[in-house]
Amino acid sequence: MSNIKVELKKPDVDKIKEICKSFNNQPGELINVLHKTQHTFGYLPAEVQEVVARELNVSVAKVYGVVTFYSFFSMIPKGKYPISVCTGTACYVRGAENVLDEFKKNLKIEVGETTGDGMFSISCLRCVGACGLAPVVMVGEKTYGRVAPEMVSDIIKEYTNQK
Amino acid sequence: MEKVKLTIDNKTVEVEKGTTIYKAAKTIGIDIPVLCYMDLGDLNIENKPGGCRMCSVEVQGRRNLAPSCATDVFDGMVVNTHSMRVLNARRVVMELILSDHPKDCLVCPKSGNCELQSLANKLGIREIPNQDIAEMSTYRKDFSPSIIRDMDKCIMCRRCETMCNEFQTVGALSAVNRGFMSVVAPAFEMDLEDSVCTYCGQCVAVCPTGALTEVNHTNRLIRDLSNPNKTVIVQTAPAVRAALGEEFGHKPGTLVTGKMVSALKQLGFHHVFDTDFAADLTIMEEGTELLSRLTRHLNGDKSVKLPMLTSCCPGWVNFFESQFTDMLDIPSTARSPQQMFGSIAKTYFADLINIPREDLIVVSIMPCLAKKYECQRDEFKVDGNPDVDYSISTRELAHLIKRANIDFDSLSEEDFDQPLGESTGAGVIFGTTGGVIEAAVRTAYELHTGKTLQDVDFKELRGMDGIRHATIDFDGQPINIGIAHGLGKARQLLEGIRNGTSEFHAIEIMACPGGCIGGGGQPLHHGKFEILQKRMEAIYQEDKNKPLRKSHENPYIIKLYEEFLGKPMSEKAHKLLHTHYVDKSKKIIYIEPKSFEI
Repeated sequence: MSNIKVELKKPDVDKIKEICKSFNNQPGELINVLHKTQHTFGYLPAEVQEVVARELNVSVAKVYGVVTFYSFFSMIPKGKYPISVCTGTACYVRGAENVLDEFKKNLKIEVGETTGDGMFSISCLRCVGACGLAPVVMVGEKTYGRVAPEMVSDIIKEYTNQK
Repeated sequence: MEKVKLTIDNKTVEVEKGTTIYKAAKTIGIDIPVLCYMDLGDLNIENKPGGCRMCSVEVQGRRNLAPSCATDVFDGMVVNTHSMRVLNARRVVMELILSDHPKDCLVCPKSGNCELQSLANKLGIREIPNQDIAEMSTYRKDFSPSIIRDMDKCIMCRRCETMCNEFQTVGALSAVNRGFMSVVAPAFEMDLEDSVCTYCGQCVAVCPTGALTEVNHTNRLIRDLSNPNKTVIVQTAPAVRAALGEEFGHKPGTLVTGKMVSALKQLGFHHVFDTDFAADLTIMEEGTELLSRLTRHLNGDKSVKLPMLTSCCPGWVNFFESQFTDMLDIPSTARSPQQMFGSIAKTYFADLINIPREDLIVVSIMPCLAKKYECQRDEFKVDGNPDVDYSISTRELAHLIKRANIDFDSLSEEDFDQPLGESTGAGVIFGTTGGVIEAAVRTAYELHTGKTLQDVDFKELRGMDGIRHATIDFDGQPINIGIAHGLGKARQLLEGIRNGTSEFHAIEIMACPGGCIGGGGQPLHHGKFEILQKRMEAIYQEDKNKPLRKSHENPYIIKLYEEFLGKPMSEKAHKLLHTHYVDKSKKIIYIEPKSFEI
């Protein structure tokens, strides 16, 4: 994992402050603030966490603790095409793990990582509510149902060709 | 208050509503084993994550076992604390905790003083199943100048986190990551040294295992003592003599000054000196600085900032250097007694015995872990040679005495050596909250008014409340004094100054509960104020026993100024006895999160 150092510009800092303010700078709203901040920036680098900590008057250690506890939060920017493999019960029993392994093998990254060219990232999620289509994979907003390991390379190609 | 009646192990007990089963049991002599739970009663700090389940008990009519530390009693409740079901559950919990715990108990620094070890013993665990298949944590060890973190030994009780965040409000530690990977760590899992940690050591004082321990310099000391080319001298902080005896089975509050000096001489120190001497010196410098700032301020000089804050406590210095960086010009510039001692020892005293400073090793015995860091600061080195070479804690000293085959109780009582061993009562009371400012007032009053104090006991400055204030009449001029111990309390006073609502002229701050007597390097007091109270009484007793009780009357201090320093705040004194503060918030570097290596 390379060190991702970002320099926050004033508008970015202002944006984080605005988000914190929308929750009245309440320390108890930390998770909601992080949620919204990640939605805005795509991920939560250290520098962003520092600003959130300062604004909500909680320690940076605490913010980092929350960020690392919930798998939803990420300190690594997601790929241009974020791949989410559902590993909920239904998808799991229908072979989601094999599908996941195929994605990892194909892209040479682990869950939670992003490819060097910034194109793809892999994450797992728990149930998208389409159990009838299990196993389910989402790439960005697009959903793929009944995915088999053999289909993985084709799915990836769809996006690499779009470059 | 509404009362509730219940039965615990067939005994009936009546307690207030809202009491936990654990506490109710305690009132009738039933000691339910706990591990993560910590009750620092008088400090008003309770750690009860209910996480370890060691305190599980059976409650009649309840399907599952109840964690007694976190379950409130109700009327008619029937509790069994040692049924077969409970004992089995407790054993399994312990076996699971031990399954991935390092098995190096024989050589662990916490061995013999480890709550996990004693509890495993108490529960009669004689084998650890599952250890062959258990995953072992291999988290990197973190060595800071004061504290070592070995997270493989962490059981996630999170007591350290409670002390760091709730009591001290430092915010260096938090539980991070999830499941098996979870540890307690600074932000972004950076090293403690790069974090906002103040090295107050209160986390070390409450850690039930060997996960947090102090950096140990005893082997280094033994090596130096046996080196014929070195002259090794020692200084002992005031709070040490009031607590060291506890490590040898004495009641809290037993003063062991004479025996401690005797033990140090037997250990082989060439000269046994007293930090209290340097405390008297601190008062000369800090008291003069206070008077000068006060006089200029009262004469309308707006460039002088008040209140002046004391600067003897290195945990506190670290705190404001990283969290109140806008106020670096308020604390006194006077160095701490430990550093003043080192500075004088390696100049004045080295000249006196005619050896170069490199051949003089200055060791300090401190109730404190932050002192280990303080003596390594660059400001306190001359050409790379530190004024104080290293600091060892009260606990380390006790261990060293035992290791050197010294029977502490049979030692005779000896006096400190001269010239750096003479002190007044004012130097002694540095060891307790309120003591530094009382010592300063004794001297500042006499210097300011030119009158002799009839009564040197300023009782209004003493006590155990976290924040105290008093107004002292300086011959018609009221001087407002504030006192805080514990960094959480200090934060409150500092925020008052920042908001401009503070009316104080001078404030004393100590990072630890009770001041140095409750320091992170002291025999563990488990938050019991009665122990701290006894140590405090011992300190005031030692003060009373002294023929001289005002720093400026110490004949060796007078001589030091005459022969060497000139006047307080002179150029030489400035160079040797004062310091400047660094904005550490800029030094904090957030590094990449280090991944778990398995």
